[in-house]
Amino acid sequence: MMENVKKFKVPILIFLIFVILALLNPTIASRSTQVTWDYFKEMALILPPVFLLMGLMEVWVPKDKIQKWIGSGSGIKGGLISLILGTLPTGPLYVAFPMTATLVRKGASITNMVIFLGSWAALKIPQLMVEVKFLGVSFTGLRFVLTLIALVIMGLIMETVLGRHVGMDWLPPESNETMKKKGY
Amino acid sequence: MATLITIYSLLIIALIVSLIKSKEKSKKAFKVALKALLKTAPSLLTVLGIVGLTLGILTPEIISKLVGAEAGFLATIIAALLGAITLIPSLVAFPLAGSLLRSGATVMTISAFITTLVMVGIVTAPLEIKILGKKFTLLRNGLGFMAALLIAGMMGVIL
Repeated sequence: MMENVKKFKVPILIFLIFVILALLNPTIASRSTQVTWDYFKEMALILPPVFLLMGLMEVWVPKDKIQKWIGSGSGIKGGLISLILGTLPTGPLYVAFPMTATLVRKGASITNMVIFLGSWAALKIPQLMVEVKFLGVSFTGLRFVLTLIALVIMGLIMETVLGRHVGMDWLPPESNETMKKKGY
Repeated sequence: MATLITIYSLLIIALIVSLIKSKEKSKKAFKVALKALLKTAPSLLTVLGIVGLTLGILTPEIISKLVGAEAGFLATIIAALLGAITLIPSLVAFPLAGSLLRSGATVMTISAFITTLVMVGIVTAPLEIKILGKKFTLLRNGLGFMAALLIAGMMGVIL
């Protein structure tokens, strides 16, 4: 019981802020509740299938393939694959986090994952179309090019700083290897 | 809607293939998924709460007031910070940015807002930290913020 309370202490704190806000400023509080509810509905629909897809990837996608396609030695080809995967119309950024975690464990390089996450967030094709409509082709084009250059540089910096040590203790550490050993 | 259709059709195809190939492995996949979902649940709730609070306070009207009230460098910094904090769907953000641009905001300010909006996610950081680690998250968002300011500066000069 205490352990569960501890795990949820931040959400509980946020809930208290909502209560206080409701007493001080009901207008903002009801707007906030509405936003939270809308996002909750979205996440409740999107996240279970995403996590299940991640589980399937974890179990089925072979490590050597990922390493070869988007690992440290994959060079420009690996970067391009990551960029294309990222720009496909696939939903909000929080969907990409679990995917990235699995890919890193399967041997994807940090540089490529920064490009993947960055293009997922900033260079998505449907998003670019909206941007062209409201901000123009030259704005969108220039932002695309500069952002892509920035992502590659960020990726290289992060790979140098982090090496292969990304803290992802929340996933079961061994699943792929044990599967192999058990000979499935 | 398109997102949901894409994800669910992908899942259905993957699940069918997985079940045909091995029931054992499919079960394992379910276990991995459930565990990951439960472990990230507190961070998910945190993100939901923060999204509601920030968007409840920083409405599009408030953002345009904040960005439009100042000019020059200060406006760009404010725009970059607002973009980093908020999580606005692009269908709302781009029209807002377009109208701000027409009403006199500079290209530098608008590109700072758009670039940090898409590259930096302070409200989703608790979830990113849980899933990808603290160092990774801080570096990605920190470098992203600096990159956004540089990109904004360059766009302001070029356009």
